[in-house]
Amino acid sequence: MTVAFFILALLTVAGTAAAMGLRNAVHCVLALTLGFAGVAAIYLQLDAQFVGLTQIMVYVGAVAILAVFAIMMTHSPGPAKPAAYSSYWILGGLVAAAVFAVLAWAIHSDSASLQPLPVQPEVTVQQIGDALMHHFVLPLEIMGLLLTAALIGAVVIAMDRSEEPK
Amino acid sequence: MNSLQNYLLLSSLLFAIGLAGALTRRNAILVLIGIELMLNAANLNFIAFWRFGLNPSALTGVMFAIFSISVAAAEAAVGLAIILAAYRHSKTTDLDQMNSLKG
Repeated sequence: MTVAFFILALLTVAGTAAAMGLRNAVHCVLALTLGFAGVAAIYLQLDAQFVGLTQIMVYVGAVAILAVFAIMMTHSPGPAKPAAYSSYWILGGLVAAAVFAVLAWAIHSDSASLQPLPVQPEVTVQQIGDALMHHFVLPLEIMGLLLTAALIGAVVIAMDRSEEPK
Repeated sequence: MNSLQNYLLLSSLLFAIGLAGALTRRNAILVLIGIELMLNAANLNFIAFWRFGLNPSALTGVMFAIFSISVAAAEAAVGLAIILAAYRHSKTTDLDQMNSLKG
């Protein structure tokens, strides 16, 4: 089990690091799908099957496709290739490394997180559906409202108003 | 031993990678992807704490992760729409060149 975790973790970190490091934006998104799929596999390993499959459908399926479309629609065909990194990239990298160092120190110095894996919980999709329909029904409705508002808002924001008939 | 610590370390590494990307990339879409990676790290934490928690049959962590994924999807859609609108306005997605609030 540990070997599987380390392989998946290596895959995830390699994919996400490539997604943030490569110069070509389309290659970045392709590497990103690898990272998202690795996270989904780690969810499956943690016995959260529903969340893992949701991760594959939402991130690998929808978000990556959306990002590829946005990159292709904003691609400027000019010969001059802009630099991939911002002018203050050293500062940004240092901040990220400091954040990771603090988090890793906090995790390492905490002995409560050394407990072994508890017994495998029996989580079926039916249980998740029951919880969504009874205990979490109000958050579910609010989420539906939020998604509707967000999608209508996205269409309105991205609409091209220059060709509107007056 | 496959302890909670490994998962927390992995998720903080994911968070740091996403933060580094969001802070250093010039393409606005890749900055948004970095933010998505940070959200993914938070979701991994939810699932790991749920799995190693005292009462995994309560499903709280799973529910939180599902709602968090939904919010992240809505955020990605609105964010990319804003980037498209900004691109239409300034003809670039380079964040170093988008430095004026007034059009």
